[in-house]
Amino acid sequence: MKLRRKVYMVAGYNTISMGSGRKEFHPKKPRPGLEEYMKEAGQGVLKQIGGAQNVDECVVGNFIAARYNKQGNMAGFFPFIDEGLKYKPAIRVEGACGSGALALAAGIRSVLAETAEVTLVIGVEVQNSVKAVYGADILAAAGWAKERKEGHVHFFPGKFSDRAGAYYEKFGYDKTRHGMATWFKNAVENARLCPTAQEYHNTTEDLMAVGMTKPNGRSFVDNLNVFDCSKVSDGASGIAIMSEEGLKRCGIDLKDAVEVVGMGQAENDLTAAPADLTKLDTTAVAVKKAFESAGVTKDDIATVECHDCFSIAGIMAIEAIGYAEHGKGAEFVSEGHSSRQGKVPFNTTGGLCGWGHPTGATGVHQAVTIWEQLTGKAGDAQINIPADKPYGLTINMGGDDKTLVSIVYKKN
Amino acid sequence: MNYDEKFENVTVLGAAGKMGSGILLLTSMEMFDISVKPENKDKQFTLYALDISQKALSGLVKYVRGQLVKAAEKKLNVLRGVYAHRADLIDNADIINEYVFDVMSLIRPVTTLESAYESHIVFEAASENPDLKVKMFSQINQNSKVEPWFFTNTSSIPIGYLNKEANLGGRVLGVHFYNPPVVQKLVEVIKSDETKPELGELATQFIKNLRKIEVPSYDFAGFIGNGHFMRDALYGMSKLEQLKSEMSFAEAVYCVNKVSQDFMIRPMGIFQLIDYVGIDVCQFIMKVMDGYVNDETIHSPLLDTMMEINVKGGQNFDGSQKDGFIKYEKGRIAAYWDLDKKAYVPADEIAAKCDAYLGELPAGHTPWKAIVRNKAKNEVLSAYFNAMKETDNNGSKLALAYLKKSKDIGLKLVSDKVAYTPEDVNTVLLTGFFHAFGPINDFIN
Ligand SMILES: NC(=O)c1ccc[n+]([C@@H]2O[C@H](COP(=O)([O-])OP(=O)(O)OC[C@H]3O[C@@H](n4cnc5c(N)ncnc54)[C@H](O)[C@@H]3O)[C@@H](O)[C@H]2O)c1
Repeated sequence: MKLRRKVYMVAGYNTISMGSGRKEFHPKKPRPGLEEYMKEAGQGVLKQIGGAQNVDECVVGNFIAARYNKQGNMAGFFPFIDEGLKYKPAIRVEGACGSGALALAAGIRSVLAETAEVTLVIGVEVQNSVKAVYGADILAAAGWAKERKEGHVHFFPGKFSDRAGAYYEKFGYDKTRHGMATWFKNAVENARLCPTAQEYHNTTEDLMAVGMTKPNGRSFVDNLNVFDCSKVSDGASGIAIMSEEGLKRCGIDLKDAVEVVGMGQAENDLTAAPADLTKLDTTAVAVKKAFESAGVTKDDIATVECHDCFSIAGIMAIEAIGYAEHGKGAEFVSEGHSSRQGKVPFNTTGGLCGWGHPTGATGVHQAVTIWEQLTGKAGDAQINIPADKPYGLTINMGGDDKTLVSIVYKKN
Repeated sequence: MNYDEKFENVTVLGAAGKMGSGILLLTSMEMFDISVKPENKDKQFTLYALDISQKALSGLVKYVRGQLVKAAEKKLNVLRGVYAHRADLIDNADIINEYVFDVMSLIRPVTTLESAYESHIVFEAASENPDLKVKMFSQINQNSKVEPWFFTNTSSIPIGYLNKEANLGGRVLGVHFYNPPVVQKLVEVIKSDETKPELGELATQFIKNLRKIEVPSYDFAGFIGNGHFMRDALYGMSKLEQLKSEMSFAEAVYCVNKVSQDFMIRPMGIFQLIDYVGIDVCQFIMKVMDGYVNDETIHSPLLDTMMEINVKGGQNFDGSQKDGFIKYEKGRIAAYWDLDKKAYVPADEIAAKCDAYLGELPAGHTPWKAIVRNKAKNEVLSAYFNAMKETDNNGSKLALAYLKKSKDIGLKLVSDKVAYTPEDVNTVLLTGFFHAFGPINDFIN
């Protein structure tokens, strides 16, 4: 994809990723709903861009509020965020856990199409409305419905457990488990630096020890322990996508914006089983497209936000990008290359395992994190962005490597 | 007739009670598991839930339904397999609903004893009244054509007595669940001299399938659990009487309760436990036990007084604790009963004075919650009790004497032939009372 016009992202905002692990979270107490989350994130963005009158179009990414919250027609919440958005064009997009980045893609396309100079993009999901065993049914919609019957109680952990099992078999359990545990440790350590992260309050001392817990198929799934999995989260993230004219209209300084320099989108057949359980093929295609679109290589990237819905998916993403050969991803992690001090810091505010995974919000949250890092707004979680590597990369995935959006961002 | 066949028709007597409702639930789940075996596909399974009040039975149905949902949520791995052949059941939610429906379909809530005449197995958890139990057993036994097996949950009535009075020909066994049966792992099994061994075999299989722990006990009123608990409670109350000469009644309750909980590292203090079980229940069990022991008196005038003034403890229908020796707010201790003032005294009015009287907890004290999970608990406990022996304060002295008494009670249960072995006594206290260590130990000599 060739970008025919300059596109920027600015004014990111994340709500807290709410759920077990947060001190404020009580499963039985009433909590904010979808609309409150959208309002918080939306107003958080509008405040930074001079208000609703500067917005031309709105996009919301959400996976499945129709079942979690019995809510459809989500675009109708934009005027609820701010009266100034009343009568403006708005759409909702869906691509399972990739809904957030699909919303970004839609917003980018609007700016490229010159139907908008300023697009307000929000991702949102509120999942603590049901217990996890019922949530598993809802999330299973990210796969092919005809496979649900044969699937595991926890459908998606079951899918990635199969992937992890194949990976253990091919490349060895011990070193893979060590890599997965290290992934978990990095995730929590990064989350502890980010006040909105779900694991921000995590006080576990020996993270490696819990990460090494041997999976138990009787109580959960065969090849993953619970620390390998992102948790159930409520949250929303928002960001504005703008043209140069949009930046001017909103009075935004270039240094407070990141440029979107490349995007790769790829879709795979929902009814087809993965060709190789140990690889994320579609992810590899999307990243390749993104790099080509941006005219950069993996070596130009200062930091990556990848879709670690499960620790094993983080490891496979490393291989899909090409930082490690097939089968060497776990060692790459164990050796510290993906940690915040490593060669390429991954998921610097915790990623899905650490920050949280409000499914429809995740893609937008990733963009917000890259925007923060490249503009020096990441607070305690800030990493150094080397002058010769002014780029960031996001990978957002819907389903089991089915709906992929990868974006390359450049510091101004 | 094999195990599965016996379970084709079962009655739970007193099914709406505290124990009966749990036993009914567990039995219904076990019967479901049996009924879905391929070889039992065409058989009919029926479970009568028998109690006297329709209202209580309606409450029971609600309780069972709620518990089944929770149970199903926890064993979905298995249930997805059980319903694999049902193409229409796809989501976890579909499977949970179907399971609940299928188990509930086994249950027939009834109020007339005639229903039990068809049953091969009768689980009995009716009120602890020997005449009532004998009457029900005889009536069923006389009218039944299938020679039913009776499994009684009695806490204090000897099994041999029920066998003889109801003329059951050895078809009765004590299967003594703990409260609440759904949670508690321990089941005491009591054979009388006449009990037929087949009943024991079925009980063993049943208890194993429920993933519970079986401990055998001789047929002696109170069995092991209450045999220890009632004497332990009497000792606690004797200490209360003794301390009353030095302090107020409420303060003495506070001190004995604290010694028996914190100093002795138990899950709750003795007065909280008496309240939990119910002062009425304790009084009743003591009365029954007292009729069978000759060398000691199992009776507490204090409990009689408490009953007279209607301070009874026990639990509300929702499982919350009623006030007894102690007053509870949201499950926490708020105040202590003062018999002389006939009123509760708030904990914070007396705590400082009592704590000063008892003194500090000995070095190395670890709260009960932490110690039960500690793999090296024996070393930790040994060091703690050694420190206790070196600690010169009232709390430590009271605790050491109490622990010694608890051990003596345990040993006497073995020598009196209530328990078969010291290990059985310890298992009962560990699993039925959640103690962190058995009463028969080497910490105290
Ligand atoms: N509560 C405990 O902690 C505990 C523990 C172990 C054993 N037990 C024993 O379990 C038995 C039941 O105790 P509980 O605490 O559940 O008592 P409960 O009072 O809660 O239940 C007794 C039930 O029996 C019913 N009942 C009374 N007369 C009946 C009749 N004629 N026909 C049918 N049902 C009748 C009552 O309606 C009530 O529902 C007793 O033998 C008791 O000793 C109790």
